[in-house]
Amino acid sequence: MMKDNNVIQVENLSKLFGDFAAVNQISFQVKAGEIFGFLGANGAGKTTAMKMLIGISSPTSGKATVAGFDVYKETESIKKNIGYMSQKFALYDDLTVKENITFFGGIYGLSKKQIDQKRCELVEELGLQEVTKSLVASLPLGWKQKLAFSVSLLHEPKIVFLDEPTGGVDPITRRQFWEMIYKAAHNGTTIFVTTHYMDEAEYCDRVSIMVNGKIEALDTPKKLKEHYKTDTMNDVFLKLARG
Amino acid sequence: MKIILYIIKKEFKQIFRNKGMLPIIFILPVLQLVILSNAATYEIKNIQFGYVDTDNSSISRGLIEQFESSTYFNVSEKFPSEKEASQAMQEGTIDAYLNIPTHFERDLQKDKTKDIGVFIDAIDGSAAGVINVYITQIIQNYNKSIVADLIQVSDAVQKPKNIDSIPLFWYNQTLNYKTFMVPGILVLLVTMITLFLSGMNIVREKEIGTLEQINVTPIKKHHFIIGKLFPFWVLGLGLLTIGLILAKVIFNVPMIGNLGLLYVYTAVYILVILGIGLFISNFTDTQQQAMFIAWFFVVIFILMSGLFTPIESMPKWAQKLTEFNPVKYFVEIIRMVMLKGSSFNDVFPLAIKTLVYAIVMNGLAVWSYKKTL
Repeated sequence: MMKDNNVIQVENLSKLFGDFAAVNQISFQVKAGEIFGFLGANGAGKTTAMKMLIGISSPTSGKATVAGFDVYKETESIKKNIGYMSQKFALYDDLTVKENITFFGGIYGLSKKQIDQKRCELVEELGLQEVTKSLVASLPLGWKQKLAFSVSLLHEPKIVFLDEPTGGVDPITRRQFWEMIYKAAHNGTTIFVTTHYMDEAEYCDRVSIMVNGKIEALDTPKKLKEHYKTDTMNDVFLKLARG
Repeated sequence: MKIILYIIKKEFKQIFRNKGMLPIIFILPVLQLVILSNAATYEIKNIQFGYVDTDNSSISRGLIEQFESSTYFNVSEKFPSEKEASQAMQEGTIDAYLNIPTHFERDLQKDKTKDIGVFIDAIDGSAAGVINVYITQIIQNYNKSIVADLIQVSDAVQKPKNIDSIPLFWYNQTLNYKTFMVPGILVLLVTMITLFLSGMNIVREKEIGTLEQINVTPIKKHHFIIGKLFPFWVLGLGLLTIGLILAKVIFNVPMIGNLGLLYVYTAVYILVILGIGLFISNFTDTQQQAMFIAWFFVVIFILMSGLFTPIESMPKWAQKLTEFNPVKYFVEIIRMVMLKGSSFNDVFPLAIKTLVYAIVMNGLAVWSYKKTL
């Protein structure tokens, strides 16, 4: 494994809240262009770990670089190179589709021309032509999620972090969402995704499974299933999470 | 710079799209200005007045007539005895009563002097003081007019002349309290609206989760803050404009000084308030918390601003505290500029304090705003 190829490099990263280690000395690497699944039960520390990597939470100890930048000192440089979609829907409900795209494109420093071009592409790809002037609040959740994902890709980040992006949406939309993820990965974007859905874990190139703040397993879905002698990622997860 | 414009555009869209917010911003202040300016008065009017007149003479009836013709008194009832009058006071139906004793006229003519009883409900001490002054004035004036009838000519010659003082009321000749109150209430409105709106605005984004999204972008702290606060700065100046127009049109408040000076000062003043609002929002997680804290400060700021009660009559320690009250500076300056026509040099010492306050407050606010937790 060539080190230069790693866009995320994490060594013994920890986050303590008082005595409680939400993230306990985790280490892993993510390669460029990879779809990396970051799995774990509720409260296992996935979101906390992710927040350290995207530069909005300072680690307690350990080392990590994202897109070549240090998570302690170079958070603003990291932010230029990543996209992020939170589990809470995070576009503005009281702005229209068009206004949201313009706003986020604008604060990432895209030119007006770039924004217009990106918006046309995005609207066409998602089939939102009819609703560009509707408030985002009026869209169904699935559409909102797809829009939020597309918005997080506006500035063509090297890595995009998705925190439970498909929570609460129907199976068809989930499927479409994953098609979008594949397309972004195909275009060279690294995908770092957390999820609860074990069928989604099967779509990832590699997955890590976090239990109580530690990474208990990390490999391709195929190898993990072989190792734990099960047929599905679901069983792998249950074996690990139940201990 | 371009990034700031994107934020400002977004904020204005959100403000004007929010159907619940617009009336708060524009209609409530207008109502407040009109209602408060008419209601918040120091003038004591409509005093409920009763009397006991066991003398029932022409002089005693003349005295009561004086009260009846006064616009300040509502002479309600003649009580048969002191007992009933004090009962009425107890029940709160009268604010004051006069007790004219039996043989009042006879004794006055014989001895040239006679005491009468004045009883005033003094739960509100300052109101009681004012009522006392009114009653004393009426009795003295009546006294003067009947003196001529009572004393002999020779006495009158020997009597020293009265010393009359003729007051000249500067800056508010007609002693119109609205002239005094309207500018102050305008300060209150500009302060409250800008503080609440700015304080709750960023917390709101925290609540709905969009602030996290913003914090993951490479946006610079000061760009974001300037973009966020600028719309409220404009709104504050807009409110001042609406208020000044109402003050002129409805209350005919004089505007002697330079309005440009007032605008420049207000521009700086609003920065102080926005800084405080942002500072509050940095330390709170919900709009509710932000609102409570903002209220806490607003109440203290208003009651200690000299708007309703003069700062000079506060205890020394409280007077020192008012130095930290931005509202006090604005109340003083708006009254100076509008009513006295004070110039830049007159307001300079207060203005410079406000400027320092603005720099400190915004420095603190920007410093305490953290993109990283």
